[in-house]
Amino acid sequence: MHDGDAIALGLALESGIPFAAVHEIIRQQRRDLTLIGPISDMAFDQMIAAGTVAKVIAAWVGNVAGGSGYGFRRAYEQGQPRRIVMEDHSNFTVGLALKAAAMGLPYLPTFTGLGGDIVRSHPRIRPIDDPFGGPPLLAVGALRPDVAIIHVQRADPQGNAHLWGNLGLTVEAAYAARRTIVICEEVVPDAVIRSDPNRTVIPGFLVTAVVEEPGGALPSSVQGYWRRDFEPFLSYHRISRTPEGFASWLREWVLDLPDRQAYLRHMGAPTSERLRVTDRRLAAATNFAP
Amino acid sequence: MTATYNRRELMVVAAAREIHDDEVVFVGMRLPLLGFGLAKATHAPNAVGLFENGVIRDQPAETFIYTMGDPPNIAGAVACLGLLDVMSLLQQGRVDVGFIGGAEIDPLGNLNTTRTSGSGWMIRLPGSGGAGDIASLAGRTVLIMEHEPRRFRERVDYVTSPGHFPGRRRGGPATLITTLGVFDLSGGRVRAASLHPGVTARQVREATGFPIDIDDGVAATKPPSAEELAYIRHADPQGFWTGDAVKAG
Repeated sequence: MHDGDAIALGLALESGIPFAAVHEIIRQQRRDLTLIGPISDMAFDQMIAAGTVAKVIAAWVGNVAGGSGYGFRRAYEQGQPRRIVMEDHSNFTVGLALKAAAMGLPYLPTFTGLGGDIVRSHPRIRPIDDPFGGPPLLAVGALRPDVAIIHVQRADPQGNAHLWGNLGLTVEAAYAARRTIVICEEVVPDAVIRSDPNRTVIPGFLVTAVVEEPGGALPSSVQGYWRRDFEPFLSYHRISRTPEGFASWLREWVLDLPDRQAYLRHMGAPTSERLRVTDRRLAAATNFAP
Repeated sequence: MTATYNRRELMVVAAAREIHDDEVVFVGMRLPLLGFGLAKATHAPNAVGLFENGVIRDQPAETFIYTMGDPPNIAGAVACLGLLDVMSLLQQGRVDVGFIGGAEIDPLGNLNTTRTSGSGWMIRLPGSGGAGDIASLAGRTVLIMEHEPRRFRERVDYVTSPGHFPGRRRGGPATLITTLGVFDLSGGRVRAASLHPGVTARQVREATGFPIDIDDGVAATKPPSAEELAYIRHADPQGFWTGDAVKAG
């Protein structure tokens, strides 16, 4: 990760948000980042409030549990701790922008958003004529992240990644990005991946780095591994209402903790036991015999 | 005998009544999520729900969920696709009805969830999410709002989710469900279809920042049945979405 990078994360919407990576980016004091995502939940708010972000390209920035993202509001309304540029999208248009890059195209056409203000004088969305004579369309220009950070259940050492449950825009972002970082609950032998190739959403040759970081998405959920912990979203919403409140949250949950293992210890064993999924609801076996 | 209920519960019931059997529904969060489950459990057993994260369900989640991404909304789904897959179905015209909320609304059903200067200073709101897409592409939309004068404006500052406009390809706002009543928006203006029991026309006019059509003999919103209430309280046992303190949108 470099200062000034455009980073796509939080692509599965409310699950698999790579909070461990988000907090490490804040600890390393990266600057002038561009954040890319659909509905970002509080990860974007934390990075903005910590001063790491210059620009946001997203459909929604806030706190899904609480509504407003106060860090985002302070940056946008008052330039605190720094001014940010907002490129507003809908979920569909930010998805099409990533998909166009993933397909190696300059743009993709759509008619979502016509008649509304998002697409009016938008830097990445322009009106176009349908070359086949149909009604007017919009062209959504390609968006290529420098880095996509993806949290998955399991990957092999080459980065071939199995993800199930919510996908959102995970696949489009991984295909579009110049570099893709896969964070997984478990690194598994490649035989596990090859046993179910339809579940591989990212082929390893697209992956720059694989990181084994169990619990790295908490307090967001990871299907089959972790339930969502609702309380930290609400308490962050309350405490981040003031800059002082945010600063104390930042010290307690990011700056005073060296890494994710320390975060999990700080969270406490009873909480982590409550959130860890121990039930089994296994998919039916799938026969790939040739 | 009438069971006691609050306005949130009445709004869930009103949302459920907007879903017809066999329809494909773009489900929102909060009250519409409960409304979808209620419709499935009562008059629309064959309705199918799409969620913008890519999930397709034909049964409500088995346990309470806070967000559409929660693990109980995945378990037992019929499909977990990508966001662009469900948005493509929406754009293709496969979705009959979608639910959206907003911070502000105008008489054409334009919704603003982006930024407003209504209070005299600029407030940044979270943005569209999928709402702008649902408003643009669904066969019809049902809007859910808090009914307050500052939210009902002659013109919204920013059109996040387009309402009625010339050249619209399909759909548009059909029904508006608020804390005070149910309104028909299909004619490109706001006309009261029913007012919630105990709500007067004057109260509605005072809470609406633009002229609104209310017939003298306007009906009262039909209260929830015991069966409907039982479903809602089973699906939201703590009153997280339907308690008196929560917001509608």
